[in-house]
Amino acid sequence: MNTNETPILEVKELGIDFGGLTAVNDLDLAIYNKEIVGLIGPNGAGKTTVFNLLTKVYKPTRGTIFFDGKDTAGKTVVDINKAGIARTFQNIRLFNNLTVLDNVKTAYHNNIRYSPVEAVFRLPGYYAKEREIEGKSRELLEIMELGDFADVTAGNLPYGAQRRLEIARAMATEPKLLLLDEPAAGMNPQETDDLMRMIRFVRDHFEIAVLLIEHDMQLVMGICERIYVLNYGMLLAQGLPAEIQANPEVIKAYLGD
Amino acid sequence: MKNSKGIFGYLLDSRHRSRTISYTMVIAAYIILEVLLHSGSLSNLFQGLLVPATCYLVAAIGLNLNVGVSGELNLGQAGFMAVGAFSGVCVSGLLAGTLPAIPRLILAIIVGMLLTAGVGFLIGIPVLKLQGDYLAIVTLAFGQIVMNLIMNLYVAFDSTGIKVSFVESRFDLEPGGKFLINGPMGATGTERIATFTAGTILVLFALVVVYNLIYSRNGRAIMAARDNRIAAESIGINIANTKMMAFVISAALAGAAGALYGLNYSTMVASKFDYNTSILILVYVVLGGLGNINGTLISTVVLFLLPQLLRGLQDYRMLIYAVILIVIMLVTNNNVLKTKMGSLRRKKA
Amino acid sequence: MRFLSNLVTGLGLGSVYAIIALGYTMVYGIAKMLNFAHGDVIMVGAYIAFFALNRFSLPLIPGILVAVLGCTVLGVVIERLAYKPLRQASSLAVLITAIGVSYFLQNGAQLLWSASPKMFPAIISSGALKIGNLSIAYLTLVTIATCIVVMICLTLFINRTKTGSAMRACSEDKDAARLMGINVNGIISLTFAIGSGLAAVAAVLLCANYPTVTPTLGSMPGIKAFTAAVFGGIGSIPGALLGGLLLGIIEILSKAYISTQLSDVIVFGVLIVILLVKPAGLLGKKINEKV
Repeated sequence: MNTNETPILEVKELGIDFGGLTAVNDLDLAIYNKEIVGLIGPNGAGKTTVFNLLTKVYKPTRGTIFFDGKDTAGKTVVDINKAGIARTFQNIRLFNNLTVLDNVKTAYHNNIRYSPVEAVFRLPGYYAKEREIEGKSRELLEIMELGDFADVTAGNLPYGAQRRLEIARAMATEPKLLLLDEPAAGMNPQETDDLMRMIRFVRDHFEIAVLLIEHDMQLVMGICERIYVLNYGMLLAQGLPAEIQANPEVIKAYLGD
Repeated sequence: MKNSKGIFGYLLDSRHRSRTISYTMVIAAYIILEVLLHSGSLSNLFQGLLVPATCYLVAAIGLNLNVGVSGELNLGQAGFMAVGAFSGVCVSGLLAGTLPAIPRLILAIIVGMLLTAGVGFLIGIPVLKLQGDYLAIVTLAFGQIVMNLIMNLYVAFDSTGIKVSFVESRFDLEPGGKFLINGPMGATGTERIATFTAGTILVLFALVVVYNLIYSRNGRAIMAARDNRIAAESIGINIANTKMMAFVISAALAGAAGALYGLNYSTMVASKFDYNTSILILVYVVLGGLGNINGTLISTVVLFLLPQLLRGLQDYRMLIYAVILIVIMLVTNNNVLKTKMGSLRRKKA
Repeated sequence: MRFLSNLVTGLGLGSVYAIIALGYTMVYGIAKMLNFAHGDVIMVGAYIAFFALNRFSLPLIPGILVAVLGCTVLGVVIERLAYKPLRQASSLAVLITAIGVSYFLQNGAQLLWSASPKMFPAIISSGALKIGNLSIAYLTLVTIATCIVVMICLTLFINRTKTGSAMRACSEDKDAARLMGINVNGIISLTFAIGSGLAAVAAVLLCANYPTVTPTLGSMPGIKAFTAAVFGGIGSIPGALLGGLLLGIIEILSKAYISTQLSDVIVFGVLIVILLVKPAGLLGKKINEKV
């Protein structure tokens, strides 16, 4: 991390209340280009809420989120994706009735465009753009090792493959920052190892920043360059993996008194 | 996409199998029926059913885009047919002296389609803010509103121009002037210029539009928004726009179908297009299978003809139709019955 | 004065809508389905009451009870035969089945009793209560009073009895209710029984006000009451009352002051405006999806 550089994502004093309940409070985050950063914490610490705030599923009660140097206040979920943040979901959300390939193709919606008139009347633009979409989508499927599943209906995929497909789909929106919500949940150690390799490859190949929520400490300590620890909606600690592992506050939060 | 293989290579590609089947079915049915027509072996009753059948096919193909592909229940498709029917009748009536039948029919269908698309867009703005059953009831409400408004609409023309009025029917028409729409009496004295050939071409047009849309960037977005709204938004798809596209195209096809329908009868009343008609079309779509265009084609033809074929059973025909409808739904949607039917089929084989 | 008398007439019509809307809303609340055939159960109720009162010359109250009993049985039978096998199916499949049931009832009625209208006997003296210049038909008073009694009984039943709380539990979460030992199928049957029984009450009131009995008599009031249920927030019992009364008042007032022909346009127009402002209806609950 180069601290002279401006962060791609800069969060200041972020907070949200649901009714009287404060779910996230006074949160400061900074993510730099090409970093892999972990966001960890006990269950109910507010990690997914942070993702929902960053992607505007929830409107923050307090604080600011700057992405790529611009304030994101007033933006919608769609705007945020167009600005360059893509995400996956803790409870997998695929387009279950579409094929694996179409799931990825769909995500090129804004980056490779043609008009509905070109589509309905099959004008030349349609063919050229569709070829481009198909090529890029297949490339992403290969990266996430889903090539053999291209024509399978997404709802019928095995669990681990569904999680990888969510990443492929998010990557198809060509983001600058990728948010992964428990990408290794439900995977066996071998699958988790493969996933780590893929996440690193994606970061290096597409030169993007990654922020991930994960309970699997093998994965977190294995690939995250920096870690933020959240507890009761507040920042408990931040630092390098080794520092976090040795931090008595963090150990206490995880193991209890 | 297999452009280089030529049109046949394209049609035989496995990814386009369903559309190849659709086109084949429609064209084959057309040829067979035309041969039968010209050899005089079709009864008058059956001949009279050909154009209406194509109209329902077009409206049902459109509705499948809305209900099956886009996943929004629409109980107002007949209202859009009504807009197309009465605008088509007006266009044809106004141009009766100026244009021959075929270009007049084409123009009437185009006007009916575009006007209905416009009405669909205006209705879509409030309707698509809602979801699920609420959206369904509002489309039903709009269908009833459109029907009631047309029932109170008076359009006439004479040498001085077109006169339009609402609720009040008093026009001072010059000699030779004529009513195009006469309130609750509807359109009367319409020249019947709709033909089976035009209907078949319209069905093919609807198929091309819907298939080409489904296998495109916009079609994928529509299906993504149906399968998972939140995920679709997260990849930058504007839900309102995609839903609107499906809604408007569905309405436009209903409008085109309506225009053809209106020009197939010398008199047409708006109450023909009440919610019962909307529901009828919805039944065609659901029984054919949501999102399954070939299913829509088959179920529309079968269900449209069924009451006519049951005519021999006279008073019992609608009762039997109802029982068939219920039984089909129970057999196709109940897991226990499904398995039983499956094992029966295996025993037979 | 004229306005006041229109308002009371509207309340009378609205009371009928409210009782029908209760059937829609209870079934929706528990079984999460749009029972399109509910309007036709009303029609059957009207015929039963007609035959009981006219052919068999039963006194009023036993005649109504026979209609209520008949509709209750009909409702339960429909639920068992047509809807229960589809408990796990998509809501659209259930909707189409309900449409099939609706066709069945309408055409069955036409076969059994012919399409020609039958005149429903006058069940309440045609007099009117006079308060100053305002005169209110006894029939309207009875209609409104019936609606009030039905609402009070139903509210007490839902809130004060064990079965009522089982019903509320089922509408919140059927699986949890089942785990608590509630007979969910029984509760659904009971809901259909109550809704259909109320349909018979509504049928008698409807026919007392508009005394022609035909096989399609239920469809338009059915659609209107369904609208009323959505209006008030479908699934909510006070919502059905509020929606029904408002719909009746709007309909009568727009007939009186704006246009008879356009009253349906206005009724449905108001529904759309209300849903845009309150997307879950006046008293409905909005449920957000968890991300």
